[in-house]
Amino acid sequence: MFIANTQKDREEMLRTIGVSSIKDLLKQVPEKFLYPAFNLPETSLDEQQTARRMKTLAAANTPHLSFLGAGAYERYIPAAVKSLISRGEYLTAYTPYQAEASQGILQTIYEYQSSVCALYAMDCANASMYDGASAFGEAVRAAVRITGKKKVLCQETLNPQYLTALKTYFANSSDYQFITIPAKDGFMDTDKLAALLGPDTACVAFQTPNFFGLMEDAPKISEAAHKSGALVVAAADPASLGLFIPPGDYGADFAVGEGQSLGLPLSYGGPYLGIFACKKEYVRQMPGRIAGMTKDKDGKRGFVLTLQAREQHIRRDKAASNICSNEALCALSATIYLALLGPEGLKELARANAAAAAFTAEKLSDVKGAKLKFKGTFFNEFVLEIKGDAAELREKVLKKEHIDIGLPLKDLYPALGPGALLVCATETKTEADILRLVKALGENI
Amino acid sequence: MPKQEEAKYTKTHEWILVQGREATVGLSDHAQHEMGDIVFVELPKSAQNVEKEKPCAVVESVKSAFDIYAPVSGQISVLNDEVTKDPALINQSPMDKAWLFKIQLSDTDQVKDLMDWTAYQEFIKQAAH
Amino acid sequence: MNDIMKLDNRLSVERSDPGRRAVRFNNLLKAKEAIPAGLARKAPPKLPELSELDVVRHYTGLSKINFSVDTHFYPLGSCTMKYNPKINEEAAALEGFANLHPLAHDKTSQGTLEMLYDLEKRLCALCAMDAFTLQPAAGAHSEFTGLLIAKAYFAKRGENQRVDIICPDSAHGTNPATASMLGFNTINIKSGPDGRVDPADLKAHLGDRTAVLMLTVPNTLGIFESRIEEIAEMAHKAGALVYMDGANFNALIGIVKPGDLGVDIMHINAHKTFSTPHGGGGPGAGGIGVKRRLEEFLPVPRVKLEGGTYRTDFCCPDSIGKVKAFFGNVGVLTRAYAYLLMHSKKELAQIAENAILNANYMKSRLQSIYPAHSGDYCMHECVLTPPAALAAKGLKTLDIAKRLLDYGFHAPTIYFPLIVHEAIMIEPTETESRETMDSFVDTMLKINDEGAADPQLLKDAPHTMPVKRLDEVQAARQPNLRW
Repeated sequence: MFIANTQKDREEMLRTIGVSSIKDLLKQVPEKFLYPAFNLPETSLDEQQTARRMKTLAAANTPHLSFLGAGAYERYIPAAVKSLISRGEYLTAYTPYQAEASQGILQTIYEYQSSVCALYAMDCANASMYDGASAFGEAVRAAVRITGKKKVLCQETLNPQYLTALKTYFANSSDYQFITIPAKDGFMDTDKLAALLGPDTACVAFQTPNFFGLMEDAPKISEAAHKSGALVVAAADPASLGLFIPPGDYGADFAVGEGQSLGLPLSYGGPYLGIFACKKEYVRQMPGRIAGMTKDKDGKRGFVLTLQAREQHIRRDKAASNICSNEALCALSATIYLALLGPEGLKELARANAAAAAFTAEKLSDVKGAKLKFKGTFFNEFVLEIKGDAAELREKVLKKEHIDIGLPLKDLYPALGPGALLVCATETKTEADILRLVKALGENI
Repeated sequence: MPKQEEAKYTKTHEWILVQGREATVGLSDHAQHEMGDIVFVELPKSAQNVEKEKPCAVVESVKSAFDIYAPVSGQISVLNDEVTKDPALINQSPMDKAWLFKIQLSDTDQVKDLMDWTAYQEFIKQAAH
Repeated sequence: MNDIMKLDNRLSVERSDPGRRAVRFNNLLKAKEAIPAGLARKAPPKLPELSELDVVRHYTGLSKINFSVDTHFYPLGSCTMKYNPKINEEAAALEGFANLHPLAHDKTSQGTLEMLYDLEKRLCALCAMDAFTLQPAAGAHSEFTGLLIAKAYFAKRGENQRVDIICPDSAHGTNPATASMLGFNTINIKSGPDGRVDPADLKAHLGDRTAVLMLTVPNTLGIFESRIEEIAEMAHKAGALVYMDGANFNALIGIVKPGDLGVDIMHINAHKTFSTPHGGGGPGAGGIGVKRRLEEFLPVPRVKLEGGTYRTDFCCPDSIGKVKAFFGNVGVLTRAYAYLLMHSKKELAQIAENAILNANYMKSRLQSIYPAHSGDYCMHECVLTPPAALAAKGLKTLDIAKRLLDYGFHAPTIYFPLIVHEAIMIEPTETESRETMDSFVDTMLKINDEGAADPQLLKDAPHTMPVKRLDEVQAARQPNLRW
């Protein structure tokens, strides 16, 4: 389909090589393995048919008004983000191995690292990880490496998707010991944290807002951890940082986050962006690629990949991580998104987002049979407790009203009871959308 | 400044100078030449116990990483912080300013197995072939 | 280059002007805002303040000081820099795909689930594997997933003593790095003089401690492991599993099924074989195929088809769990699927055939001047070395690579595989035309002449890029990683 060679080209090229057929080039492959039967279509689609087929499939994802969050958020993506990252010069390049011919990408990586540092108030950041969960996992691994201790204290209200991914990440379990810090009224129980902390603790790992959307008292958690000599791994939602205290301000040693909020579509879970930042003294414990500013022979400013001797292609089995391909284009989206918003836009975004969730919570708590489960400041989302079974209600409203009311928490947190529902409303929701949800719940609870 | 001829050498290109029960360890001039510009050094932890012929430190150039092996067993007694701050010292002064660490020897006999300057020169020549 | 085209590499913050704005968000839903004092952000982040036009010009400008497949020949070995069809982009951007939340109800995700199901099925057919998962985000992430599956398999069999991973010394660095992430030991075996695994050496290392033999097929020298059947049999006899790193699958697609070779676990790279764009370093998408006996260990969720409806299945008791928060890099997989739709089985074979033809054509035209590491015909890529006469003048592979940039070619992969001194690894892919390859070859020959006549010309190259050679030593000694 996308092959340039014509039959004539092929013949002439074979002649140059000095063979009569392509099969002659394949002598090193045992004959019995060549050209087996494939259970694949005999015919292919042309471009128009492909476009049609893909449209049909996309249309089979039936659009709904959705109030799902839980780690992936519906956000408005400015047109300039989409337009700029579609440029072939960015889209179809690879890792900038030849720095002189890749200055544009290298500079955007440097700007990305800088933007992340600014947003999270941290000293340094890498060029990106796969997603928030893998960044979180790598940060915990780094903390264990640095301290030489095994005990990792993890918040009970950590996104369960993160927790499952973490447990997989730490399949080599003898090196780690995970302990859950229990929650109280939706927040981390800091008394319990104090009791669990000890000289054998590698780190305290938590996210804020937590899985229930609640803003943890991160400065207090961080202080307690540091007092006992443990490191702090904080996952923060980048959109929240327009209003809320950044991890660097409460002394986090590692700050990570899911960068999907910064201009990336939901796309059923990926590609997303793992934000990874740390304090200066741990720069060499960062996994993955890092760009740096330097000078060329004439003293002119230029950018290169740097600190490469930490990486898998050099350090091999002693590398801190095996990451090779990262999420560069997603990092570029985030960089452009942040440049478009600027400090003021970011604040507006956080404010509009907080207002949408707060407005939704206010209206829903007036619905008969529904009430807010927890008290406290929340962002993006909140837990609603309804009379009856939330999963059943979700099915019912989906069918009747074409609204996805949110994520039932019964399977993830059985202790919350069958009526717990995680409802998310971001800046994309209008008053009319929210009132539709309110009406639907009012009529169906 | 210690003379190259006074030191003993390992096959992994560390030099070692013993004074009583304490040994000073560095990287040979030959090795720093082969590695090129050194950009980073990671020394062992202070008071760490090290084992003969086991890696205990790392030296990096731009595109390579090299393990530093303990020439003898013992406990790390002093670290050269200057070299951590300015790794280029290894290129400039491998025998003097850029010593890496000192070890309290657990067995002084281990030094006997190491090459002297002449043997090391011969070893380098052999390895080049 | 005249002044109008002068390089402007000011940072975005250096173009910033306080008070300038681009995207705004009106807050229409006035609700009570309650931020506890200790949790409020004190100082605004140091982000640029720009107009939308400023932002567009800045990033458009930066895009222009880059080589890419869309603009330049990019024969980076082992990376398969083939053309990325534009229809793929259009497909992935369709609202139905792009706006689908990862926790959306199965009933509202039927299109994506059908696509994933069919993609897995087609990959199984292409690779002779019994099941696929598309959850891993990239190649290295796939290796991690694959070795976890192996670990779970041996744990279930009570063979926890199997802690060794055997890889050839020509392997990608990700193989040993992945092995040690999972607490395995890496045992390196030496490649024979022809670049292939030496079965006798392998035998000496196989035993009841061996968990997995990891092979890249064809290997990183662009050579097929001709004795793979025997090698796989030896591994199986020792009770080990055979893992195939599919980084080079473009050489086999449609003509050889890895499952037939004795491979138990393999990965694919959507961004290599299946034409999804490399994005300046990512995102890619991975995938792991396994034989039946390993299926129960695949990560969840699996996509199932029941009574005409697709659903996600989380109930697999022996599953390794999840390797990613949500499904996989579905946006990338969508592009790969569109690409597959456009190829019949015969056309898939033509991908490998033309990739192999192109690599051999370049090799045969270059090898009299740039000696090839192997005398055999190559698969999809070839490994060459610099001419002896240039080496005698102190010129290195790096100098040749930098001079290529002056002629508008991205350099091949250099200094990899590590086992070849001064390696130049060329992978043209099937989508390049003969004229492009000829022009590259002619340039390589010209560079040889230039180097012979004026070595300094190469040592100082590139001469025409926005910057000259950069001080990497300074960059590493005193890292400047942010504004």
